[in-house]
Parts: sequence; C-alpha cells; structure tokens
Amino acid sequence: MTLNVEDLYVSAKNGKDILNGVSFTLPDGGVHVIMGPNGSGKSTLALTLAGSPDFVVKSGKVEFDGVDLLSLGPDQRAKKGLFLAFQKQVEIPGVPLKDMIWEAYRVRWSGSGRPSIIDFRKNLSATASTLSFPETFLERGVNEGFSGGEGKKSEVLQMLMLKPKLAILDEVDSGLDVDSLRVVADAIKRFVEDGHSALIITHHFDLLNYIEPDVVYVMKGGKIVDEGDITLARIIEREGYSRWGGEQAGRDD
Amino acid sequence: MKEKDILDGEASRLEGMTELKHLNEEVVTSLSREKGEPDWMLKKRLYSLSVFESKPIPTWGVDLSGLKLDDLAYYVKPDVEKVDSLSDLPADLKKTFDALGIPEAERNFLAGNGIMYQSEVIYERMKDRLAKQGVIFMSMDEAVKKHPDLVQKYFMTRCVPPTYHKFAALNGAIWSGGTFLYVPKGVKVSMPVQVYYLVDHPSMGQFEHTVIVAEDDASVEYIEGCSAPMYVKGGLHAGIMEIFVGKRARVRVTTIQNWSKNIYNLVTKRAIVEEEGKMEWVEASLGSKVTMLYPASVLAGRGARAEHFYVSMAGDGQVLDTGAKIVHAAPDTSAYVLSRSISKGSGRAIYRGQVRVNPGATGCSSSVKCDSLLISDESSTATFPTEEVYEPDADVSHEATAGRIAEEQLFYLMSRGFSEEEARGLIVRGFMEPVTKKIPLEYAVEFNKIVEAEVKNGVA
Repeated sequence: MTLNVEDLYVSAKNGKDILNGVSFTLPDGGVHVIMGPNGSGKSTLALTLAGSPDFVVKSGKVEFDGVDLLSLGPDQRAKKGLFLAFQKQVEIPGVPLKDMIWEAYRVRWSGSGRPSIIDFRKNLSATASTLSFPETFLERGVNEGFSGGEGKKSEVLQMLMLKPKLAILDEVDSGLDVDSLRVVADAIKRFVEDGHSALIITHHFDLLNYIEPDVVYVMKGGKIVDEGDITLARIIEREGYSRWGGEQAGRDD
Repeated sequence: MKEKDILDGEASRLEGMTELKHLNEEVVTSLSREKGEPDWMLKKRLYSLSVFESKPIPTWGVDLSGLKLDDLAYYVKPDVEKVDSLSDLPADLKKTFDALGIPEAERNFLAGNGIMYQSEVIYERMKDRLAKQGVIFMSMDEAVKKHPDLVQKYFMTRCVPPTYHKFAALNGAIWSGGTFLYVPKGVKVSMPVQVYYLVDHPSMGQFEHTVIVAEDDASVEYIEGCSAPMYVKGGLHAGIMEIFVGKRARVRVTTIQNWSKNIYNLVTKRAIVEEEGKMEWVEASLGSKVTMLYPASVLAGRGARAEHFYVSMAGDGQVLDTGAKIVHAAPDTSAYVLSRSISKGSGRAIYRGQVRVNPGATGCSSSVKCDSLLISDESSTATFPTEEVYEPDADVSHEATAGRIAEEQLFYLMSRGFSEEEARGLIVRGFMEPVTKKIPLEYAVEFNKIVEAEVKNGVA
C-alpha cells in the first residue's frame, strides 16, 4: 500500500476553505501520525480521503496503490482497502454490530478462502475480547447507545475484522480511559505488525506512549507544516503548536 | 340443485374451477346447501347478505372506487382433493410455492398444518399432540359440521357481528374456508399453528373466516401467510378473524401478507380479551393494491393487555392503511402499539388508529408509536390517531415520526464497503427490526429480502 496526497485543496459545502494544499506520502506499512491543533483540518482530511459527501475537493490528487482515489465512491475506496475509524460514531439502529461486520466482510472479500460465518463469529468474539469489548454489544445495533469509549472500540474492532490495507484512525484515543487506551494501542500495534498501515490522527500525545510512530506530521491551517519522528511529538506535548506560528482561525474539528 | 347448475363455468387455468358471479339469496342458499351446513348457518349467511346489501361501500379513509364487486368470483372450488402429506401436493402447487418464494422451512412447517388453497383447506393434518391436548384445529367448513355448538357460540356473535361493516357482512354471507382453532382451558400449545392462504385464480374473492378461542389459562400462537400470483384482473380479500382470549390466556396472531399488487385487502380482525389475558397482533404487510387493516383489541376484563406490532412496505401504487383499535373497557388494562412503515415510489403507508378508554375503565394505559421512513421524494405517509378518553387517570400517549435515511448513515456504511443500495437495504432492515424480530426467523429473513429488493429498485 502507498498513499500519495498531492496539493489537496478542500472546502466545506458552504464554500469555506479548510485544506489549503496538503501534501504527504505514506509508504507501505508502519504507523504514521498526523498531529495538529483543533481546527487544523485533520478530520476534514480523514473524511475527504474516505469520500465524505460533506466536503468538496477543489484541486489536488490522491493516489492509493496507484489508483486515483478521488474518482472512486466511498464503497469502492473501502473495497480497495481503505478504512476510516470515525471520530463521531454513527448509529445504525436495529442492525446488530456483528451482522454488519460480517456482511461488510462478505462484500469486501468475496470468493474462495473466505472463512465460514461460524469461524468468523468465533474470531469476532475473540477479537472483541482482546479489546475488552463486551460480547453483548455485538448483538446491539451498530453503535446504538454506545458510550464514547465503546464507540471507539467498535471502530477498532471493525478495523481488525475487515483487515484494510490502510486504516485512518480519527481521534480514536479521545474519550478513552487509561486501560482502554492501552488495549486500543495494542490492537493497532498488532494490526501494523500484520503488515497493515495505520494513519493516526490525534491532538494528544497519550496514545504515542504505547505506539512508536514511524513518521509524525504536523498539520496547521489546512497544511502539513512539519515532519519528523517521535521527538517531534514530544516537543508538541511540551510546547504545543506555537512554534509553527500563532493561533489561526480554522474549522473546529 | 346440482353444483354445475349454479356455478358459472368461466374458463380457468386449473381444470374444474368454477365461480359464483351474481350474488343473491339463491346463490347464498345454494352455497350453504352445497357445503351441507346446518340451518342456523344458512340463516346467518342470509342475514349477513341483507346487511351487506343495505350498507354502502365506506367512503372514509382509502379510495375504493376501483373495486368492482360485481366482477368477482365469490367461490372457487379447488380442483385438488384433500391431501395427506406435502409430497402429495400437486406439482403445479409446489411450483407456485417456489415461484412465490415460500421458504423451505415454511414448507416443512406446513407439513404439519393446513394450507388454504383458494377457498378451501386442501391440505391438513392435525398434529397428534394437538388432538391429545383436546385442541381443535380444522377448517371452518369442517368445524361447522363437527363442532356446531362451539362454532355457533363464537361465529359472528359478540366479536364481529355481521353489522360490524359492509365487508364483514359480505364475508358472513359467502365465507368459505378459514380456520377454527379451539384451545381448552389451561392448555398451552407449544408449537405455532400455521396456515397458508393462496389466491390462485384471476379475479377471485377470498373470504376465509377464522375463529380462535383460547379458554382461561390457555395459550396459542397462530401464524398465517398469504400470497397470490399476479393476474390481470384484481381480486378482493375480505377475511375475518375473531379471537377470544380467556382469563389469563395468551394468544399471538402473526400475519405475513404478500398478496399481489392488484388485490384489495380489506380484512376484519378483532379480539376480545378477558381478565389478565394478553393478545398480541403481529402484522407484516407487503402486498396488495389497497390494504385496510385495523386489528382491534377489546380489553374487556380487568388487567387485560394487548400488543400490536406492525410493519408495512408500501411500494409504487400501493396504499397500506393500517392501525390499531384499542378499547379499554375494563380497569387496569394496557396496550402497546408499535408501527414501522416504509413508503417507496408513489406508495403510501398510513397509520390510522383509535384508542378509547370507556367510562369506569380507570388505571388504563395506552402507548402508540408509529415511525415512517420515506424512500423517495414522491412517497408519502400520514398518521391519523383518534383518542376518546373518559377517565382522567388514563395514561394515553401517541408518538409519530417521519423521516428519510440520513446521509451520514449512508456514508458510514459505504465507508465499510457497502454499495449505496446495500447500505439503504441494511438501514431499512434495521428500521423494521423491532417488529420483524417478532416474526419467526424463516419468515423474517424472507420478508427482509423482499423489502430490501424493493428498496434497491426504488432508488435508481
């Protein structure tokens, strides 16, 4: 998997500019982190990559494994191996989480070699248990009445089961207690060790106590303004984002 | 008089089918004689006929001007003899089952139960266990002869009298087929009793009449499915279901309706529930051109309860008008109504319900919830609740919502790899779930499939 974002300009439906020329490249595998203050455009970037109808791409290019991602619908992007763990969970009442995950797996991986529904369910239960995600929640409607923490785990569970090439995790760490943060971090580590890529979007350092990122990008004012390794994240933890210029008005995400 | 003399022998697809076309006293009398009925039943038929003739077609609610009563066949004698096992069913009928998509599991279930093919129950094998428990389960025609006293006590007496409305009277005059199910005191029937109705004749009327009696402390679940292949001319289904729920007894009736989309489905369903008894109605409506369906629960004894669960899918050109009629006629009675409807294309799903709390019925509660989902811009929905409350302490509530599928739900599911159509299907399935989970699994799976296919078609 490679992701190549080139000079991406994106605005909200109301015309307000949010991304002002984002460029970066993710090589295959590894943990990549985008950090930035509220309103820097991180979530917009994540949603745009997943194909959200709420944003308009004005210009720029996104290549995912050599394919023009922006020409594809959200479902086609998922089928190519892109996954977004949503910051804000969406409820699908009445559709049990376990059924949704199974059917998503089925549409994603057709053909032979697919596990039976029984094996899949066993694996789902086992995976949920590694996340300390209660079995009973699998029976509930997708994200129906989930707390913030349960919702995040639901997203991570889906990621683990659907096995995308690249998972974008949008503030998957917010609202998690220390124990949950650790199990989620462990899950992401396992995911990456299995050869998948993760792009973690966050404005906290906490998660990085458990996962060493390969690359850290800093985003501000709708642009990638810096790039480094874990030391960059440590600087942000200590000093905030002031070294990349004063407070900028931006979309509150 | 010989059968052939009174039956109009219009050419029909299946050999041996005959029809009654012009409804009058002579025709009704002949029908009754042909069936070998006792005099009291003939009298009931003739009285019903006079009521039918005196009442105008209802003009409230749904437009029925397309219904041509004169063009209908009132009675079609099945050309297949009664059969003893499912494998004895004619290949033609088995093929029809396949074409209608009646699930295998359901057909297996049918092996122990009855199928109503056209107007008569042609296949019926009573479960030995039922017989041992003293349960009576047979076609209404047979019950009139074998258990006349019981039938006379319950048939169109205090539950649905002929005067109830025009189509009830029509059924009273020319009813044929239907089920008589009697569960003696204290008997719990563990397996659901199932019946399948099939209208398989152009322009035919289906007027089955079902009576279910659960004596005190008894319990039973009755499931019926109905379907019809499409014919050029429309048909009328005007069935009646009368239910008696004894003290502390429990009855659940589930109907899965998938008539072809040119049938007028005007059915009458009413239950009288005694002290601490519980009546549950589960109605899943897919087919028909017009449906008017308002199952009624008369909560006649203290502490009686009723639950009504409806799900309906109104596709292009369909009007599905459904609702619950609740009468709190005794103190401390309670009712819960949940309706989930989907309207697609020019389809219109309507909730029309009534809650009445009689004077003296203190401590009652009724909760009605109806939610509508609109799939396309032209589809529409409406809610017409009526409340008549004569006791100030009654807790009566009505909630209604109408909406469309949210963009963010579609995007969320599509980001999981579902196409837009698949995403819509899932969301709709979830929307119906609170009701479909009440339906036996084999039916629910089939029901979901049909609705999802409809929803996919509707959003090109």
